[in-house]
Amino acid sequence: MKPLTDIDQLAEHYDLAIVGAGPAGLSAAARASELGLAVLLVDENPAPGGQIYRSITTTPVSDRAVLGADYWRGRDIVARLKRSAAAYAARCTVWSIAPDVESDASPFEIGLSLDGRARLISAGQVILATGAQERPFPIPGWTLPGVMTAGAAQIALKSSAIVPKGRTVIAGCGPLLYLLAGQLAAAGAEIVAVLDTTPRRNWRAALAALPDFLRSPYLAKGLKLMAKARRSLRFLGGVTSLAVEGSDRLSAIRFERGGASESLACDTLLLHQGVIPSVNLSNAAGCAHDFDPVQHCWVPQLDDWFASSVPGIAIAGDGAGIGGAESAALRGEVAALDTARRLGRITIPERDDQAAPIRAALGRTLRGRRFLDLLYKPAAQFLAPIVDDTIICRCEEVTAGQVRDAAKRLGVTGPNQMKAFLRCGMGPCQGRLCGPTVVELIAEARGTTPAEVGYYRLRPPVKPVTLAELASLPQSEAAVKAVVR
Amino acid sequence: MSAERRSADVIVIGGGIHGCSTALHCALRGFSVILIEKDHAGRHASGVNAGGVRQLARHVAEIPLSNTSMAIWHGIAALIDDDCGFTSDGQVLVAENDADLAGCRARVEDLNLRGFHHEEMIDARELREIVPAVSETCPGGVISRRDGAAIPLRATQAFKRKAAEMGATIREGVKVTKVERDGANWRVVTDAGDFLSPRIVNAAGAWADRIAADLGEPVPLEVIAPMLMITAPMPAFIKPVVILRGRKLSFKQFGNGTVLIGGGYLGRAIRDENRTILDWGKLATNAKTVWDLFPIMRGAPILRAWAGIEARMPDDLPCFGPSARHEGVYHQFGFSAHGFQLGPGAGAVMAEIIATGHSNVPIDGLDIARFTASAVH
Repeated sequence: MKPLTDIDQLAEHYDLAIVGAGPAGLSAAARASELGLAVLLVDENPAPGGQIYRSITTTPVSDRAVLGADYWRGRDIVARLKRSAAAYAARCTVWSIAPDVESDASPFEIGLSLDGRARLISAGQVILATGAQERPFPIPGWTLPGVMTAGAAQIALKSSAIVPKGRTVIAGCGPLLYLLAGQLAAAGAEIVAVLDTTPRRNWRAALAALPDFLRSPYLAKGLKLMAKARRSLRFLGGVTSLAVEGSDRLSAIRFERGGASESLACDTLLLHQGVIPSVNLSNAAGCAHDFDPVQHCWVPQLDDWFASSVPGIAIAGDGAGIGGAESAALRGEVAALDTARRLGRITIPERDDQAAPIRAALGRTLRGRRFLDLLYKPAAQFLAPIVDDTIICRCEEVTAGQVRDAAKRLGVTGPNQMKAFLRCGMGPCQGRLCGPTVVELIAEARGTTPAEVGYYRLRPPVKPVTLAELASLPQSEAAVKAVVR
Repeated sequence: MSAERRSADVIVIGGGIHGCSTALHCALRGFSVILIEKDHAGRHASGVNAGGVRQLARHVAEIPLSNTSMAIWHGIAALIDDDCGFTSDGQVLVAENDADLAGCRARVEDLNLRGFHHEEMIDARELREIVPAVSETCPGGVISRRDGAAIPLRATQAFKRKAAEMGATIREGVKVTKVERDGANWRVVTDAGDFLSPRIVNAAGAWADRIAADLGEPVPLEVIAPMLMITAPMPAFIKPVVILRGRKLSFKQFGNGTVLIGGGYLGRAIRDENRTILDWGKLATNAKTVWDLFPIMRGAPILRAWAGIEARMPDDLPCFGPSARHEGVYHQFGFSAHGFQLGPGAGAVMAEIIATGHSNVPIDGLDIARFTASAVH
């Protein structure tokens, strides 16, 4: 591995640029590099690992039991990258990926920033391994201090060995909820309750997918995790509504369960409603996306090799649809193989040969996924908040009621038009936090589906870049000519 | 109820601010109207431009149209029940050096001789009062005090809604494939069936040349993609919109603190895919101009950049008015970079021309015949 710490160390051109150093990006970079490609792996974080293996090389959490055996498997993946010849730029933000304006062929122009300076480089192929993000989970009062997402708490734990202070409640649904609760409890957090919002009727839909799940690697792991968490923590199931109490900070969580309202005093509330693919970069790069009704989220259109609708861009890992860390690593390898084939470094039979065992493993890791997706589909009232005052766009402080009103009274039909009326999706997060909720609210108000409503058309820069950084870009000949014109 | 209407007194092709405004003004004059838009109203140039409402620095040929429009802008809510976010803090053209300033003075003197007084010279002192953040080396400029800015997509959709309220049929998501003669009528062939009318208005923006070509009036329309950037909210530091005489820049801070940076640098338009590709090299030059002129902006985070798909004519003036070849055909396109402010007034003038055959607002110099003269003879 060749670590890059200064933006001037970047080459003008790479065969392959990979965005994201989680399991998918690390595996893709290692494999592609082993096949002789000139690879650049960029990641915003100070150290490799992505979310699942976050801070794997630097974490101060030394008791291996706290984060669990699965976490420590990340070491092998990073070690493989370190043995490779790939270039790796940490703390590096990719803010634009576009076909090179100067050429009609596919090479990409990639805009990135490192340490306060920006550059444009080119790459023949791109693999996006930008992973997942937590599904937005707006409830009344979720913007108050003391409320954060469970994933954010996990980041603090992995990277800095920090656990939430005081009485802590975890609320939401999804397989990760048990993992997070268990890890935080093991690290010493005072978890007074886990409020499970999994709709009971989901079981009916999920039962059909149960046989596959019973043969999947999730089963044993999941049961162990759940049994342990349930044994040691207070679980309250069947929660149907949540609201934060408190004026200038969280003081209690109010919830409904079996028709009755209850309140629980707490200092920290961790929210989690599963994870969804992070699609901002693929969307802004022009890749087509579909709404997946089972995972209930937008996923890129991909072929068997994870190639997107934009020739030359592949998407691996959870960004291609939620599959978990093991499948992410395998998908990264499959995408790398086809990239090498597209660049003419290996033949189709070579690619297929090398991919066969990886594909078999991928099939095994994904078996049983459907059961989890169906079981942990969030309830409608958490996807489209019922209480009108609930803020759904934190950047521009837009409420659920405003979106409903614009959709009904002003006839705003889609999220892109909603931007002009309410500015939701136009703040620094570029719709990351409000996008899914805005789509749900419009669909509900207009009596249609998220698939029909569509999603934001996202604009670069996908991550903010400062005016000074942009002004620091080396001036191209074309730009100088444009001034003269 | 009127969704199935297939014929009308006027068919407007294109749901930009021009098409929507013309549809509204025709409806107000009692015409039955069908407006046909291939995407949704304001999807392209009208919905994604800088929103400048500017009389400043206009070509002399379109000043009368611009003046008519400005009168409407200052009472916009009375017309369409929405203020469109219109604010009127003036627009200032900044001279960066003495040569720029001399050019400004010659321009204002020429306008005064023609009887136009909306542009006024300001010296360095007044420039600094109005735009305190501007670099101290700038010697002065020109101001147009009644100018301002509005929110483009919101304005366009407000025109659409009002036109519909006045009885116009709005067909969005309907694509025109051909326009042809059918007896006394024009037949507008679309992917949702045919529509008939004795009068059609070609307000199809970056796609208008295809309609004109169908009608035997080919025009040298260039499809372009002017780029814009917007920043995160900054402390309030500037009220008017600022443009430059020398370098390319259009600069405006909104009430919420965000700053819009434009200037007409072009990305690449792929009009058949409704898509544009940005050119970050040119946006960097744009950023550098701001870096030089407004030191306060150096740390501003840029949140978004985008480009609309627009239609530009070789002389940077629109095609506006009756066809040079056919009775019942009217053109209203080619407004790239200067059409948003003109929309409300141009719609009123177009409706007047359709209804009465003439208008007191002079539009000489905007005739499509300037490109198709050979076809007329």
